[in-house]
Amino acid sequence: MGRTFAEKVLAKKAGLGTVRPGQVIDAAPDIILSHDNTAAIRQIFGELGVPKVKYPDRLAIFLDHAVPAPSTRHAQNHAEIRRFVAEQGIDHFFEVGRGICHQVLCEEGLARPGSLILGADSHTPHAGALGAFGAGIGRSEVAALWATGTLWLRVPESIKITLTGQLGEWVSAKDLALHIIGTLSADGGTYASVEFHGSGVETLSMESRFVLPNMMAEMGVKNAWVRPDDMTLNWLDGRVNTPIDLDETMPDPDAAYMAEHTFDLASIEPQIAKPHTVDNVVPLSEVRGTPVDQAFLGTCTNGRLEDIALAALVIEGRQVAPGTRLLVIPASAQVLQDALQAGYIETLLSAGAVLGTPGCGPCMGNHMGVPAPGEVTISTANRNFKGRMGTPESEIYLASPAVVAASAVAGLITHPADL
Amino acid sequence: MMLIKGKAWKYGDNVNTDVIFPGKYTYTLREPEEIAAHALEDLDPTFAGSVQPDDIVVGGRNWGCGSSREQAATCLKWSGVGAIIATSFARIFYRNAINQGLPAIACPEAVAAIQPGDTVMIDLAAGTIECPAGMYTFEPFPPSVQAILADGGLISHLKRAANE
Repeated sequence: MGRTFAEKVLAKKAGLGTVRPGQVIDAAPDIILSHDNTAAIRQIFGELGVPKVKYPDRLAIFLDHAVPAPSTRHAQNHAEIRRFVAEQGIDHFFEVGRGICHQVLCEEGLARPGSLILGADSHTPHAGALGAFGAGIGRSEVAALWATGTLWLRVPESIKITLTGQLGEWVSAKDLALHIIGTLSADGGTYASVEFHGSGVETLSMESRFVLPNMMAEMGVKNAWVRPDDMTLNWLDGRVNTPIDLDETMPDPDAAYMAEHTFDLASIEPQIAKPHTVDNVVPLSEVRGTPVDQAFLGTCTNGRLEDIALAALVIEGRQVAPGTRLLVIPASAQVLQDALQAGYIETLLSAGAVLGTPGCGPCMGNHMGVPAPGEVTISTANRNFKGRMGTPESEIYLASPAVVAASAVAGLITHPADL
Repeated sequence: MMLIKGKAWKYGDNVNTDVIFPGKYTYTLREPEEIAAHALEDLDPTFAGSVQPDDIVVGGRNWGCGSSREQAATCLKWSGVGAIIATSFARIFYRNAINQGLPAIACPEAVAAIQPGDTVMIDLAAGTIECPAGMYTFEPFPPSVQAILADGGLISHLKRAANE
C-alpha cells in the first residue's frame, strides 16, 4: 500500500522504515519555531536544568506578536529573549520589525519540501505551502525539544482535498479556505494531515498557496500540505541553496486517506466568516451592507505583497469611508519594502489608511489597532473568536483582502465589484 | 492522582483558547496565580473566583480549539481543576493538558450525562467516570502518557528521567 506525505516525512524524521497512522514516534524536527513566547519557554527550559540547547542551529526565534514593544513588560519580555539568543548562540533570530514568524521562516529559506517544523504557534502548518510538515505544539514541548532534539508525535491519518478549476474575478485563496472550513467545520480535520492536490493547485500563485495550510489550522488539522511543483522550486530558488528532492516525500498515488473531498474553484464566490467562529461561513451576499468600524489588512494569512496589491487596486482613486479606519500591517519587512517600491503603500496611505510595523498587529488583542467594545472589525486574519482582538464585546468578520479593502471604502461589508 | 473527585463545570462545543485564556495576557502574565485568575474569563466570569480544588471541567466537541497557548491548560491546572472531560479535544490543547499533568478525557457519553454541579469521580487507572446519572468508561491512557501524568507533566517527567 502506498504512503501519504505525513507517513513519508515522519518515517524519515523518526529514522524508521515505515510508519502507520496511530503509531507514536519520536521525531527530530529540522526547525523548532518560537516567538514572543520564547521568554516563557526559557523559564520552563530552566526548570530542566540543562544549561545548553542541544541543537542551537535548529532554533528559529522571531519577535512578532507585540512589536515594537507596547509596554515595559513586553519590552522586558523581548529583552529576556535577546539575552537567551546571545547566551545560546542562536543564529536564526529575527528582530522586531522583520515580520511574522511563519512568513519570515519561509522567506529565509528555513522551510522546504519534506522538512519538519514544530512550533509554539498554532499556525505552524503554514509552511506546508512549500511542501513542509509544520505542526503546532505547546511551550513545554518546545522546552523539551531544546533539551533533547526529539518529541513524541502520533502519525496522523490523512485527508485528501482535490482542487479543480480556477478562481473567478475578486475570488481568492482566502475565500476558498473559508469555504472549505465552512463546509467541513471547525473540527473537520482534527488530528489529521490535510493534502491539497489537483489541477486547481497549479492555478494558485505561491502567495495564495500560503493561505491554505495557514487557515487549515482553523479546521483542527495537525498539518496541511500543498503539492509542491515548479512554482514552488522557483520560489525557493535563491532562498534554499542545497538540492531539493521533491519525490522523497511526495505521497504515493495509492496512499490511503480517511476522507477525500473535491472543491471546484470556479464555483466559489467571496466568503465571510461571521462572529464568533471561523466555520460560521456565509456567502458575502448574506452580510452585504453590515457597517464596519475598522478594516484590518494583514497577518500571516493575508499580509503578503499580493494581498496589499489587491487592496491597492480596489482602493486606488478612492478614500476610506468617514467613520471607518483601515489598518494595513505587512507580514514582513520584505513585503513592506516591495509594497513601497511598487507604490501600493502610497496608494493606501493617500486613501487614508494607517500603516503598522510588520508583525501580528492587533490580530490577537496584543498590539495596536484593537477595537472598542461594540465595534465591528472586518479582517483578513484567520480567527474571529469572541474576545480575540481584546474585548469580548466586539465582532470580527473574516474576509479576503479585496473584500476588506472594498468594505473600508464603503464603510459597510461590500463586494469590490459593487464599488 | 489516579482518583479525581469534584464538582462539574459544564460548557458547550468549540470552546476556544481565546475564551479559556485571553490572548492579550499571553506575553505579560507568567505567575501561576496571575494566570489562574483569568481562567475562562470570557466564557464564564464566575469560574475563576469559585472553582475548588479537583473540580472537573466538562466540555463539548473540539474543546480548546484555536491558539497553541499553553496557558489554556495551565490556567485550569493552576485553578485547581482535576481533569477535563470533553466530547472531543483540539489536538494542541490535548497535548498541552497532558504535558501539564492535567488529564484530558474524551468521553461523549459522560459529557451527555453529566449536569452542571454534579459530583463526578474519575478513576484514571480503571478508565471510569461516575456521576449521578451512571457510570461511563473510557480507554485508559497508554503507559507513556500515564507516566507523564503521574510525574505531574512533561517537564517533571523529563527531569525525573534525567535523574534516573
